[in-house]
Amino acid sequence: MPTTPNQLAVCVRGLRKAYSDVVAVDHLDLEVGAGECFGLLGPNGAGKTTTIEICEGLLSPDGGTVELLGLTWERDAAELRQRLGVQLQETQLSEKLTVEETIRLFRSFYRRGPAVGEVIAMVQLEEKRGSRVGALSGGQKQRLAMACALVGDPDLLFLDEPTTGLDPQARRQVWDLIEHFKTTGRTIILTTHYMDEAERLCGRVAIMDHGKVISLGTPRELIASIGAEHMVQFAIDGNTNGLNLQALEKLEGVRVVRCENGGYELQVTELHRAVPAIFDELARRGIPLTELRTHSATLEDVFVSLTGRHLRDE
Amino acid sequence: MSDGTLLAHQLRPVTHGRRLSDHSLVQLTLVRFREFLREPEAVFWVFVFPILLATGLGIAFRNRPADVVKIGAVGPQLAAALQADKSLAVETLDRSAAEQALRAGRIVLLVLPSAGGGVTYRYDDTNPDARTARLLADHAVQRAAGAREAVAATEDLVREPGSRYIDFLVPGLLGMNLMGSGIWGLGFTIVDARRKKLLKRLIASPMSRSQYLLSFLLSRLTMLSLEVLCVVGFGVLVFRVPVRGPIWELAVLCLVASLSFSALGLLIASRVRTIEAASGLMNFVMLPMWIFSGVFFSADRFPAAFQPFVRALPLTAAIDGLRASMLQGAGLSQLGRQLAVLTGWLVVCFFTALKLFRWR
Repeated sequence: MPTTPNQLAVCVRGLRKAYSDVVAVDHLDLEVGAGECFGLLGPNGAGKTTTIEICEGLLSPDGGTVELLGLTWERDAAELRQRLGVQLQETQLSEKLTVEETIRLFRSFYRRGPAVGEVIAMVQLEEKRGSRVGALSGGQKQRLAMACALVGDPDLLFLDEPTTGLDPQARRQVWDLIEHFKTTGRTIILTTHYMDEAERLCGRVAIMDHGKVISLGTPRELIASIGAEHMVQFAIDGNTNGLNLQALEKLEGVRVVRCENGGYELQVTELHRAVPAIFDELARRGIPLTELRTHSATLEDVFVSLTGRHLRDE
Repeated sequence: MSDGTLLAHQLRPVTHGRRLSDHSLVQLTLVRFREFLREPEAVFWVFVFPILLATGLGIAFRNRPADVVKIGAVGPQLAAALQADKSLAVETLDRSAAEQALRAGRIVLLVLPSAGGGVTYRYDDTNPDARTARLLADHAVQRAAGAREAVAATEDLVREPGSRYIDFLVPGLLGMNLMGSGIWGLGFTIVDARRKKLLKRLIASPMSRSQYLLSFLLSRLTMLSLEVLCVVGFGVLVFRVPVRGPIWELAVLCLVASLSFSALGLLIASRVRTIEAASGLMNFVMLPMWIFSGVFFSADRFPAAFQPFVRALPLTAAIDGLRASMLQGAGLSQLGRQLAVLTGWLVVCFFTALKLFRWR
């Protein structure tokens, strides 16, 4: 879909950043339309944070251009700071201040935005209004960090791993908050290495690896791109000599077979045909099955299929 | 979706008539105070510790009545002659008991009659008390025998405020306090904020960087007045330490000293990322000054070859200036050298710190 430049919230061209020993971002191009919730996905070290911090004006790139809301850091830094909302990875806000004092401080930096009480209500910290930051739970701290990002009524919101390290309930609360913000029509860029997070929140996703975008599209498009909708994992008893990968790949409905940690992982187009075929094949060879699992293909499977590695592999 | 409309309503641009307390500089400065006052240890070191130290040392070095020296005499005539001097406590002893008392240190001098009407002084000449006792005893013996001074001497005793140890100590403690709170107050807060990536978060917002530094200056000025009032007020009220120089000139001196220590703190904190490294660096900077700058004893005691170094330290300049102002009533015009040293440190440290400073 062609977009005219003034509809783009983010336009990154040929972005490059190298540290002494490693190229963190390698000629990256990225376009995000106004009102999109866009996910940058990838394992640790893929270059997500470097990319987002260059966009936030915290790092300067070695090459390439960044245009946000039609503005650039070189010319319009002060204006951009007013219009961006930023939540960084692992910021610890001052533990001695209360929730309200922290938000009031950040609110004082912005020309416009909601009142302090409204922001506190938005992130559901009314009961913790007078509590010290040091006494908050991880999820509450994260919602406070979100409040500090939202306090200037931003047109463009950057969230760097907003739910890393949170328990499932706290993650859900942060997701609710992000979904609420989406309904206001502002643009969100978020990084994550949780696939379910990206599938739930993001309209479009760029999968990054080694500083490059290796795949781009809606979660459904990306999953469809591997050509299989289901994943089958199984394990067998004893030696695996009797079972070769080629034999499995020839089975009906099976597309790709991978062998890992002594188990098998198959991408499958038609689950109802592939599973009986696998059973027959194993029975014919007299190999007992010890474990069998199936799930719908996810972005995780897309990443594995693209790189041969899992996202959480360090 | 009703939630969405509510949020859209909440997020509408609001531009209220802003109160002064909503100004970012006011908010940043308030944060400085809150962070300080909510740190009990910091309050203790800045306000309570110098008072405890001054009290302790004030009691230990309080002016006692002139010391009485214990001596022994063999024979009643000698004892009577010696008792004429009130600063000698004379014990009349027989010979063997006297030897015993001298060895045990109960007396520092033993006066014995010797052949031909003379006296013998038995004492340890490396003991200053014993040497004093010998001079006093000899004086008493000679006077009893009819000796008179060739030159008339009158006593003029100096025990008034201004020349006691506590008078010397209070300006020293004040200087030490200004150094500690300036260097720790700035250095620690900034390094801690950098370590927690709070500095990075702040510069990702539209916060003005100069307002951030200015908030430290403003909070320092307020804290400074409290610190000076606390330490000087305590000295004046409890120990009657004099403040002879003009008050506002003393205030200017404290201000310049505090600013130059704050600049030093800023320089120390300009790059360091961990609290451990910052503590090490601060101790490395402050320890020599605690030792050499004459907090507890005069810096003049260090060898002459060492003096240029000692005089160049900002704490030496601060304490010299404070003593001259409080005890001798010196005005700023007489403190040119000290002010020049402090201003030099201020300018060099501040601009180097600005050049080196890292927000990340």
